[in-house]
Amino acid sequence: MSNWIINHGLSAFILVVWMGINIFLFVYYYLFYDQGPQFEYTRELLGSALPWARAPAAVLNFNCMLILLPVCRNLLSLLRGSFICCGRTMRKQLDKNLTFHKLVAYMIALMTAVHTVAHLLNVEWYTNSFQGRYGPLPENLSMLDDSRELNTTYLNPIRSNSTTPTLFVFTTIAGLTGVVITLALILMITSSMEVIRRSYFEVFWYTHHLFIIFFAGLVFHGAGQQVTDPPHNNSFCEDQPENWGKIPECPIPQFAGGFPQTWMWVIGPMIIYLCERLLRFIRYMQPVSYRKIVIRPSKVLELQLVKPGFKMEVGQYVFLNCPAISQLEWHPFTMTSAPEEDFFSVHIRSVGDWTEKLIKMVENLPEGGQGPKMAVDGPFGTASEDVFDYEVSMLVGAGIGVTPFASILKSIWYKKLGATIYFYWLCRETYAFEWFADLLQVLEKETEERGMRDFLTYKLYLTGWDQSHVNHAMVHFDKDTDIITGLKQKTHYGRPNWDKEFEQVRQENPSSVVGTFLCGPQALAKDLEKKCVKYSDVDPRKTKFYFNKENF
Amino acid sequence: MGKIEWAMWANEQALAAGLIYATGGIVGVAGQFRGWQFAAFGIAAGVFVCLLEYPRSKRGKGTSVERTGQYCFTVCVKAFGPLTRNYYVRAFLHAALCVPGGFMLATVLGCVCLGIASLIYLSAAIHGEHWEPILPRTEPPKRVGNSIKEPPQNPPPRPPPELRRKKADKLEPAAYDNPMSVTINE
Repeated sequence: MSNWIINHGLSAFILVVWMGINIFLFVYYYLFYDQGPQFEYTRELLGSALPWARAPAAVLNFNCMLILLPVCRNLLSLLRGSFICCGRTMRKQLDKNLTFHKLVAYMIALMTAVHTVAHLLNVEWYTNSFQGRYGPLPENLSMLDDSRELNTTYLNPIRSNSTTPTLFVFTTIAGLTGVVITLALILMITSSMEVIRRSYFEVFWYTHHLFIIFFAGLVFHGAGQQVTDPPHNNSFCEDQPENWGKIPECPIPQFAGGFPQTWMWVIGPMIIYLCERLLRFIRYMQPVSYRKIVIRPSKVLELQLVKPGFKMEVGQYVFLNCPAISQLEWHPFTMTSAPEEDFFSVHIRSVGDWTEKLIKMVENLPEGGQGPKMAVDGPFGTASEDVFDYEVSMLVGAGIGVTPFASILKSIWYKKLGATIYFYWLCRETYAFEWFADLLQVLEKETEERGMRDFLTYKLYLTGWDQSHVNHAMVHFDKDTDIITGLKQKTHYGRPNWDKEFEQVRQENPSSVVGTFLCGPQALAKDLEKKCVKYSDVDPRKTKFYFNKENF
Repeated sequence: MGKIEWAMWANEQALAAGLIYATGGIVGVAGQFRGWQFAAFGIAAGVFVCLLEYPRSKRGKGTSVERTGQYCFTVCVKAFGPLTRNYYVRAFLHAALCVPGGFMLATVLGCVCLGIASLIYLSAAIHGEHWEPILPRTEPPKRVGNSIKEPPQNPPPRPPPELRRKKADKLEPAAYDNPMSVTINE
């Protein structure tokens, strides 16, 4: 239990606070509209559908304010930098920004559903009241009209017998914007399902820009103005609606619209998001030149780029945009160079449309030519920045997921640092090793020369081995260097036994705080997270494992 | 947009539309709205669309991810053969089902969503996609070479008897190290 607190406590706390605010807003506004005397007459017409519509509206205001913030990556980077004082647990929360964005989106969807259903009932009941189906009081309330001579205002927005609910919705601002933004929301949600996002990112990305319509409609949605009642003694007057205006105690009630409030909630985040996009555009305009382009085996492209004024930290990532391929698409790539170098590099694997086109374009370039115009946004920091904060680190990279750690290992080499690092690289095929083997070979030589053996322990795992590998290994088992990588450290076959690994780290580093960093598949993340919890101990004299996952 | 398989998105959209259609219908019937008959139709149509769309199609390229428990639905949908396989049929079906929803406010949203799903399905059909059931694959049993049927004729090669017997005190020249002590009382 205590291990769970160490690893998840702060996230759980933030969620509880967020949920608490949601519940508070819902209950407060429900009671406000359910019991507020100024809405008594509206409630005559609508019953409890009024508070049921207004309460989710308040929750929606709050959540629409929140939803833009987790996707402002420059803002998050800024916060990350300013949290240097507040410890790594706080900064870890910023890694989970996308999860929070999704959670808020689900809440918006749920509240939209409740709000829409309540308004469906409202519109129907307004129509029925007007047509006298609910008795004399509602009918008279509905008859009140906007009239300057008589000095009256209307209560029931349905003003004629021929108005049907559908017609009403499509001829009022609130109704029309409501339908449009709900439609936008539905399209955004269906195109951001995991299946669509992982396989057809463009559909997700372009459809998600419907949020512009969503927010525009949202701001104008309240322009129709909710009515409130004036003071006039309700309990006395409601039984004699025909006497209103004729007796002094019961003047004809005046109604006024409530001021639309949504814009006050969302204007701040909208401006922040606008600044975010503006910043991305400015970065887009800044010139980037190629220092070197290398096509590696296994369809991996290495680009070494130079951008004036560009500063990075270990393990950060950038977004690349290539106008020749697509004007609007920005794709994230982790940087594989160390901050100490005068350029920054990325290794790009051919996974989808964009990467494939890029590789094809680069293959057709003349020798030593400059690559296609590239725009760079970033750098943005994620978990790997924290690797030097921990006394001991376990770095696990699966396949191309090793890229953030390439940056870290290079940085160690430049810094000649003495942190204790355990590095695990899991890979399916042998030739994917090649581009990284150079780095590891250099590192191996360096660590030996400097006698830093104990500080960097690395293990390579070939998970896609078969009989031919076994045969090859049997024949060459007594060679000094590994047959696959040429490194002194032998390649292991199969997947690592994490229990053994964690046990070894724990034994070699008692009373240390160990940070575990993974860049790889979700299944492995779950596994490692469980092991971190299992091998952690609250006792300060024993080892504690913290888990960080990189996510894209 | 390159390799996009429109049907995958159309499927998500249609499933959501079915749910919204049915929900709108339930509200219309429960609230006894005017025109509740359209709402009742909405419930039926919505449920039907959900059942039809629940089983995901196998993707043309890449791994297909099933929805939980979709196997029985896959079997039912597969039974209709070309009617469910062809996306033109689905596009027109959804278009037809969505029309009555437009006559009543509660189901209007379901109508529009289903209409959009119908359009995306039309795009999928034009691109030549079709519905393929995801069926569990039966792996062919690993075939072992014929030689397994013939037992070995000769025993494995061994060194001559004199060298085979190892004395306990002469363990160093032995070919292997015992991980555990081989003497009895230790």
